Amino acid sequence: MAVFKNVVSRISKGLRRTREALTGSLRSVLAGRALDEDLIKEIEARLIQADVGVKTTRKLVDSIRTDWKAGTLTRGDDVIDHLKLQLKAMWPDADRSLQFATPENGEKTPTVILVAGINGSGKTTSVAKLANLMRKSGRTVLLGACDTFRAGAVKQLEIWSDRLDVDIVRGQEGGDPAAVAFDACDAAVARGVDVLIIDTAGRLHTQDPLMRQLTKIRDVVARRIPGAPHEVILVLDATSGQNALRQAEEFTRAIDVTGLMLAKLDGTARGGAAIAVRESTEIPVKFIGLGETPDDIELFDPEAFIEAMFADEG
Amino acid sequence: MFERLQDAFSGAFRKLSGKGTISESNIREAADEVRTALLEADVNYDVVNRFCEQVIADALGAEVTKSLKPGQEFIGVVQKRLVEFLSPPDDSKPGVIHVAPPPTIIMMCGLQGSGKTTSCGKLAAYLKKRGRSCMLVAADLQRPAAVDQLQIVAQQVQKEAPGGARVEFYAEPDKVAAYGEAVGVAVGVCQRAVKQAMRDKVDTVILDTAGRLHVNDDLMKELQSVHKMLTPHQVFLVVDAMTGQDAVNSAKEFHERLHVDGVILTKFDSDTRGGAAISIKEVTGAPIRFIGTGEKIDAIEEFHPERIASRILGMGDVVSLVEKAQQEVSEEEAEELQEKLARGEMTMDDFLKQLRAIRRMGPMKQLLGMLPGVGSALKDADIDDKQLNRVEGMINSMTERERKDVSLLNNSRRRRISKGSAASINEVGRLVKQFETVSKMAQQMAGLGAMGKMKALRQMQGQAQQMTAGAGGGMFKPKVGTKTVSPKAGYKKRKPKKR
Ligand SMILES: Nc1nc2c(ncn2[C@@H]2O[C@H](COP(=O)(O)OP(=O)(O)OP(=O)(O)O)[C@@H](O)[C@H]2O)c(=O)[nH]1
Ligand SMILES: Nc1nc2c(ncn2[C@@H]2O[C@H](COP(=O)(O)OP(=O)(O)OP(=O)(O)O)[C@@H](O)[C@H]2O)c(=O)[nH]1
Ligand SMILES: [Mg+2]
Ligand SMILES: [Mg+2]
Repeated sequence: MAVFKNVVSRISKGLRRTREALTGSLRSVLAGRALDEDLIKEIEARLIQADVGVKTTRKLVDSIRTDWKAGTLTRGDDVIDHLKLQLKAMWPDADRSLQFATPENGEKTPTVILVAGINGSGKTTSVAKLANLMRKSGRTVLLGACDTFRAGAVKQLEIWSDRLDVDIVRGQEGGDPAAVAFDACDAAVARGVDVLIIDTAGRLHTQDPLMRQLTKIRDVVARRIPGAPHEVILVLDATSGQNALRQAEEFTRAIDVTGLMLAKLDGTARGGAAIAVRESTEIPVKFIGLGETPDDIELFDPEAFIEAMFADEG
Repeated sequence: MFERLQDAFSGAFRKLSGKGTISESNIREAADEVRTALLEADVNYDVVNRFCEQVIADALGAEVTKSLKPGQEFIGVVQKRLVEFLSPPDDSKPGVIHVAPPPTIIMMCGLQGSGKTTSCGKLAAYLKKRGRSCMLVAADLQRPAAVDQLQIVAQQVQKEAPGGARVEFYAEPDKVAAYGEAVGVAVGVCQRAVKQAMRDKVDTVILDTAGRLHVNDDLMKELQSVHKMLTPHQVFLVVDAMTGQDAVNSAKEFHERLHVDGVILTKFDSDTRGGAAISIKEVTGAPIRFIGTGEKIDAIEEFHPERIASRILGMGDVVSLVEKAQQEVSEEEAEELQEKLARGEMTMDDFLKQLRAIRRMGPMKQLLGMLPGVGSALKDADIDDKQLNRVEGMINSMTERERKDVSLLNNSRRRRISKGSAASINEVGRLVKQFETVSKMAQQMAGLGAMGKMKALRQMQGQAQQMTAGAGGGMFKPKVGTKTVSPKAGYKKRKPKKR
């Protein structure tokens, strides 16, 4: 999509600050040097520092080492391209396309996007961002405020619905979130909206009852609107470390996650955990979050992401 | 949360403890495992390297290589270092300080969504319990509904938290604005809040600031001016325990700008390995003061480095367990049993023998702590020595044939056993059921690697808990508040299936 072609510059801008904290980017470290064991160690360190994780890092580094020993990879400058190629292969284009509802018997059905994740990862803000994105592409949007638990959560989404001028279905604080989800589906069908986006309460993937509640929400949605939810987005905090893997595994188990939204990528964290997640669960990243306003969302672009991860100085 | 760290360490030291003499390269090898474990636990890369270098130097200095028990010695070295890494400096301020004349001013800061607002409520509840009145100040004018959230939290604490002290709430809702449009306004709000607190004779003022990125200069400057104008007595940095490598960068920046006095590590109730704790302490020197263990206002605990470190190093006892186990069971015996288990031929006699060995080895709790992996899997289950006595009594009342083949145990035989052991028929029934579960699990476990064993044990614990739930008997009694592990836990690695 053309709208997001500035992504490279934006993420790079976000990550440029990193370089003030860390000494030199990977690119500048590699530039003009012949590949050797020391350099490979250095690459390993960079990947680990980007939260890629020990296991996935070793895998990537091993492939560099193999090519180096085979004589096909000799210059430091070529390493980034090598890594890019490898990582890009992890995220084929097909993965990232959004699923929309297809009309049922000639009748329009709303597309449902279910948003979930651990506490404070950025779900509610991401719901606002997604709503904004959908609205900008000319779709009508309804929000479902299914976080009936956290103090002020409904109010928070209500403020977003006001600012974005989209409708919202809300329930009682402390009420059953699945019931709200059902009502939201009802309303979405009745009002004939294009997209229903459901915000859920933050929950740790280790909390069985809460994970079951999430499954229930999904089931209710599926029962009310055939084919829904069309997208199940797990919001991951880009600053999180290897626990991201556990989150992805458990949320997938509960609600069949279809894609990640990597939020808070505008900080200095590089979000490398998403690579480890892809390695072990095959869940693709679909969106990235780059700030606190509804405009701070981009479609995930693996090339830009990897480029930004190793971004050059200046 | 440190359980997995513990597991990985255990592996390293099993290597050491198995060998007779240890060379310097053995130590480096063990340190390498420690290194990997720490990295997997999200401890910052540089911090890990520093830590391992120190550990190696310590180990060589302590002449671990010459020790008769090198494994134990090495563990001691790692443990000491770890406690040192996590301990507050001697001159640091305690939990929540108290100044006279009041009010004590506390300032929260941290990245977005780390748990600041929730932690404000928790601190208020903590203070209320200790008879200290407080005022929560909504200095986040930017996040939608941040003010409402804090107000609800304040009301909750006032209404629900134990203790008689007053909980006030201060906000200027008309100052709230969209992102980036109210930068700097928080300073005035905080100043007016403190004035109000003085009038109201409130003991402690807690400032809830907006989440911000450490690289956002405008917002960091705002925080600095709040700090400058309000001169808080204590600044808490609130950090998500699941944070990865970047924890050092943000913590360093907050510390340089505000001088952080203490850290609150939130979401500690997750299964994160929590290496961020070590990183942050290393780069800021600021001690971790509290851990957040849930979303509710009472889910806060004081942080104890020794406790955490010895939990990480639960394997400190692996060596002694190995030694004790060797005294109890010969290698041939162990192998024989292993084969029997694999064939599903465990008998009540084997069961009893194991129970006896376990009992001779000391109190159950200590034992569980000693087993790598197993310890963490079962640590939440309360295993009762008295219960063991009864089990032993029941097995003693069985005939030889019954012990070999529990399927013989019909009702009349059970009645006899019940009479012979003064246990109820129900208890006998439960024992049989338990034995069957354990033997089935043991069979599965005999064919699994270490990780598989962990999972199987979790599963077993879950089943045992279900089995004994409410019945007030059985070997594994869940503690109140214990999280029941899903019986599906054994299939984690399976690829997600589309529905
Ligand atoms: N810098 C930055 N901040 C973000 C981003 N996404 C969300 N945030 C901020 O992170 C904080 C938490 O975001 P929420 O959307 O409330 O998170 P949540 O997952 O809904 O939280 P709970 O519902 O409490 O579990 C807020 O302060 C957001 O403004 C992002 O992409 N970048
Ligand atoms: N499980 C668990 N959840 C927590 C803990 N502490 C906070 N939370 C949850 O984490 C989410 C974010 O908490 P907040 O207190 O809103 O975080 P914050 O730092 O004030 O967020 P911003 O103001 O948006 O920067 C909420 O859903 C809280 O309920 C904890 O110790 N354990
Ligand atoms: Mg939310
Ligand atoms: Mg807050």
